[in-house]
Amino acid sequence: MNPRSELKNYKKEQYDFRIRLATGAALVLVCFGILASRFVFLQFSKYDYFQTMAENNRISLVPIVPNRGLIMDRNGVVLAQNSFVYTLEITPAKVEHNVEETIDELAKLIEVSNIDRKRFKKLRSQTHSFESVPIRIHLNEEEAAKIAVNRYRFPGVEIHSRLFRQYPQGELGSHLVGYIGRINDRDLEQLKESGDLSNYKGSDHIGKSGLEQYYESQLHGITGFQQVEIDAGGHAVRVLSSTPPTPGNNLILSIDSKLQHIAEEAFGNYRGALVAIEPSTGEVLAYVSKPNFDPNLFVDGIDSESWKELNESLDKPLINRPLRGIYPPGSTFKPFVALAGLEAGKRAPPFSISDPGYFTLPGNTHRYRDWKAGGHGMVDIRRAIAVSCDTFFYGLAVELGIEKLAAFVRHFGFGKPSGIDLKGEMGGLLPTPEWKGRRFKQKWYPGETVIVGIGQGYTLVTPMQLAQATAILANNGKAMRPHLVSSIQENKGGRIHAVPLVVADQIALNPKNVELVKQGMMDVTLPGGTAARLGADAEYLMASKTGTAQVIGIKQNEKYNESKVAERHLDHALFITYAPAEDPKIAIAVIVENGKHGGSTAGPIARRVMDYYLLGKEPKPTQPPIEAPSAESPQTTEEHVHVE
Amino acid sequence: MSMLNKLLKRVVRHIDGFLMGSLIVTILVALCVLYSASGQSMDKIISQLINITVALSLMWLAANVPPKHLERIALPAYIIGVLLLVGVALFGEISHGARRWLHIGVAKIQPSELLKIAMPMLLAWYFSRRDSMPAMKDHLIGAILLAVPVGLIMKQPDLGTSLMICASGFYVLFLAGLSWRLLIGAAVSFGVMAPILWSMLHDYQRKRIEILFDPYQDPLGAGYHTIQASIALGSGGLAGKGWLNGTQSQLDFLPERTTDFIFAVFGEEFGLLGNLLLLMLFTLIIARGLVIAAQAQNTFSRLLAGSITLTFFTYVFVNIGMVSGILPVVGVPLPLISYGGTSLVTLLVGFGILMSIHTHKKLVTS
Repeated sequence: MNPRSELKNYKKEQYDFRIRLATGAALVLVCFGILASRFVFLQFSKYDYFQTMAENNRISLVPIVPNRGLIMDRNGVVLAQNSFVYTLEITPAKVEHNVEETIDELAKLIEVSNIDRKRFKKLRSQTHSFESVPIRIHLNEEEAAKIAVNRYRFPGVEIHSRLFRQYPQGELGSHLVGYIGRINDRDLEQLKESGDLSNYKGSDHIGKSGLEQYYESQLHGITGFQQVEIDAGGHAVRVLSSTPPTPGNNLILSIDSKLQHIAEEAFGNYRGALVAIEPSTGEVLAYVSKPNFDPNLFVDGIDSESWKELNESLDKPLINRPLRGIYPPGSTFKPFVALAGLEAGKRAPPFSISDPGYFTLPGNTHRYRDWKAGGHGMVDIRRAIAVSCDTFFYGLAVELGIEKLAAFVRHFGFGKPSGIDLKGEMGGLLPTPEWKGRRFKQKWYPGETVIVGIGQGYTLVTPMQLAQATAILANNGKAMRPHLVSSIQENKGGRIHAVPLVVADQIALNPKNVELVKQGMMDVTLPGGTAARLGADAEYLMASKTGTAQVIGIKQNEKYNESKVAERHLDHALFITYAPAEDPKIAIAVIVENGKHGGSTAGPIARRVMDYYLLGKEPKPTQPPIEAPSAESPQTTEEHVHVE
Repeated sequence: MSMLNKLLKRVVRHIDGFLMGSLIVTILVALCVLYSASGQSMDKIISQLINITVALSLMWLAANVPPKHLERIALPAYIIGVLLLVGVALFGEISHGARRWLHIGVAKIQPSELLKIAMPMLLAWYFSRRDSMPAMKDHLIGAILLAVPVGLIMKQPDLGTSLMICASGFYVLFLAGLSWRLLIGAAVSFGVMAPILWSMLHDYQRKRIEILFDPYQDPLGAGYHTIQASIALGSGGLAGKGWLNGTQSQLDFLPERTTDFIFAVFGEEFGLLGNLLLLMLFTLIIARGLVIAAQAQNTFSRLLAGSITLTFFTYVFVNIGMVSGILPVVGVPLPLISYGGTSLVTLLVGFGILMSIHTHKKLVTS
C-alpha cells in the first residue's frame, strides 16, 4: 500500500464532503441570485420597454376600406355600383412549391388565360409575397365549386369574395362616368402631395377618368380602422376596437340615361359627340362621345390586348370628344358673330346686302367665296343666319375687327374651358393677333379676320363649348356653369345635398338683338332655311344652326386602307339647336365626324334627342340610325342645303 | 392499528414528506402553466397527468430500493447504457435531425435518459470502492468513464443532455475531492486560452458564437426565441398579466412554449413575484436534497445524492438562464415544469433515489 495515500478517515471524509457540498450550496445561491436580479432587470427596470414591444407585437391596425359611392342618373338608374365577385387568389408565400406549377395545375381545373397570367405576374411584382394576388376574377359558381372541392391540393390558393366596381350599363355614358383602376405610383405620389395617403390604406383602386376621377374625394369615403390582436402568424385573433369606415357619397347626375341611350344610338356607326344642356340651370342632360368603350375592362387592370385594341383604334374610342375633341365651329359660329355685330350697332335691320357670291377686301382682288356660287341675293341679318350666307359674315367680321369679335364671343365660352365637372377639359382656340404673335411670331393678316367670321381659320371649339354657347344664347346671355352632378347623397343617412347652381357670366345684351338672332336660328328649320327638312314635321319650334368643318389633315404615317382614307377626309357635320324656341328647355351641340352636312346627319341626331326629351317620343325600332358613312370623294363645298 | 393504516404506513415508509410536498406543489404549478401554455388544451393536461402518474410510481419504486442494491447495479447499468448509446449511433431512428431513439422490440427508448442516472451512480460507486482518499489517477479514470457517454450523446447530437450528464459526472468528481488546485488551474488556463482560441476561429464560427450570446444580431433566426422570451418575461412586470392572459404566449409569439420555453409563459403571466416564488420552491427542493446528501451514511449515497441534487439545480439554472437571456439557447427543459414524460420520469426516479438514501439510512440507525 502506498504510504503516502491516506487511509480512509470517515470523519475527515465527511467533513471534506460537507465543505464541498457547502460550496455547491453557495454556487446555487449565487446562480439563483443572478437569475433573481435578471428578473428584476427584465420585469421591473425594463418593464415599460418590453411592455411596448409586446403591444407592438400583438396589435396591428387593419384598415377597413369604405364602400365606394354609387353613381346614378337623375331617375335613380345606377351607372356605377359595387358588387361581390368571386376571385381566385394566390398568396405566393404560402405556396409550397412553385407558383407557376400551381397555376398550371389550376389551369387544368378552370380556365386561366394568358391575359390572367400576365396580369398576375404584373400584380405579383408590385405586392409582398404574403399578400394574396388574384389570378382569376369573376369566377362563376361552377368554377368556384371546382376549386373548393380541390382546395386541399393547393396550399396558398383561396377563393375570395371581393367588392368590385361594376358599370351595369356597360358602354353607356362611358366617357362621363369614367372608370376606376388600380392605384399606381403616380396616383400614390399625388395622394402623398394632397395628404390623403392615409385614407387610402387598404384601398386598391382610385378614380382614373370621368366622374369617377373628378369626384374621387366624394366617392371614396373615409377609411375605417380596426385594432386587431394578431398572432405570430399575422392572423387576426380578435378585434380590440374598431372605427367603422364612412362609405363614399352617391352621385346623382343630371344625365337622363334613357336620353343618353337614345342619343348614343342615334349616332349609329358615326363617330362624334353630343352635349345636351338645360339652359336655365346648366345641367347636362346627355353627354355622348362616340365610339364608347366598356369601363368594366379597366377595373382590375386592363389586359394588354384589349388596351392595344382601344388605344390603337383609328376611331379613338378613348378620346373624350365633348371635352377634348377640337373642331372648327364652321357656320355654327355665325349666330354669335351676328350678335356681336348687332351689339356693336352694326347690321341692324333694315340693313341688307346684295350678295354677289363672294367677298373682297378693299384694295385686294382675292375673292372669298360664298358656299353658294352666285350668292343669295338680298340678305339681311336674319336671312344671313337662315341661309348661312358667308358673304354677309365676311364683311361683318372685317368691319367688327378681330379683337372686338373675339372679346365678345369669349363671353359665350369660346376660347376657355366651360368649367364642367370633369378633368382635362380643353379650352379650344379663339385666335387674336396677340395670340398669333405669341404663337407664330407673325402678324395678323386681314384675310384671317374674314374667315373667322364663318368659324374657319384658327378658330377651334370643343363640343362642350359649342353646347354651352348655345345654352347661353338660349338663356339670353345668362351663363350657367355646366355640370353633370346635380346632387350628392350622403351614403350615411341618405341626406341629399343639391349642388348649387353657379351663374358663370351674365352678358348684358339688348333683348331686341338677341331676339333677332334667335329669329334667324328659328328660320333655319323652316322653309328656306339650311335644315328645312329637319323641321318639316316638328311638333315644336326649334332654333338651330347648321355647320360644316373641313377636316384639317391626316398624318402621313397613319396606315389604313383606301376607302377609309376617303371616308376620313369627309367634312365634319355640326349642328347646334335649342327648343322649344319660345321657352328653351334643352340646348344641344352635335358633331358628327366626317358626317358631311350638318343639316342631314348631325341635325337628325339632335332631333331625336329633343323628340324624346320634350315629347317623350322614342325613335321607332325600325327607324334606321342616321345614314351610314359612305366612301365618297371629299367635299369641298361649305353647305348642302335645300333652298327654294 | 388497523390494517389499512398499517398498509398506508408501509406505502409511505420510504417517502420523504418535505421533498414530496415540495414536488407536488411544483407539479401542480406546472399543470396550471401547461394549461395556459398549451392554449387550454385538456388533452395535454391529461397526457401530462399520465406522465406524472407513471413517474411518481417509478419514484416510489426507486425510493423502496435500498441504496445497497443501487450500488450493485451501477456498473451493469452503465455498461448497458453505453452499449445502447453505441446501438443508437449505429441503428438509431432519426427524428428532427438527431439520432436519439432506439427501437427494441415493441418499445422505443432514449438511452441517454438512462445515463442521466447511471452516470453519477457509476462514478459514486467507483469512488466508494477506493479504500484510500481518491488520488489524481482515480479522477482521471472517472473523467474517462464520463467522457465516453458524453461524447456519444454529443454526437447524436444532443448538446443539452450531454452537458447535463457531463455536469452530473463532474459533480461526483468534485464532491469526491477533485483537487482545488486543479480546478482553479483549469479555470485560469481556460481564461488564458480563450482569446487565443477565439483568434483561431473562422469568421463564420465566431459569428455563430456571437449570436449565441447576443440574440439581437439575428432577430428572426437564431435569436428569435430569446428575444420573444425576453419580451414575454419583461412585459409580465411585477405581478404578471394573470393566468391565461399572457399575450406573447397565447398569441403564438413564443416558440416551444410548452417545453423548453415554458418558463417565459409562467413569467409573463405571474410576473416578478411569481418568478421569485418559483425560484424559492426550487431552492427548497435543492436545500432538502443537499441536507439529505450531507446526512447520507456512506460515500456512495452522499456522492449520488449530492450529484442528483446539484444536477437538478443545473437544469433549473441553465433553463431559466437561457429563457431569460443570460445563457445561450441549449435544449434543456425546465425540470418538473416542462411538458414531456421522459425527463419527468428520470427526474422523479432521481428524487426517489434521494428518498431511498434518506429513509433507508434512518431505518438502519434508528
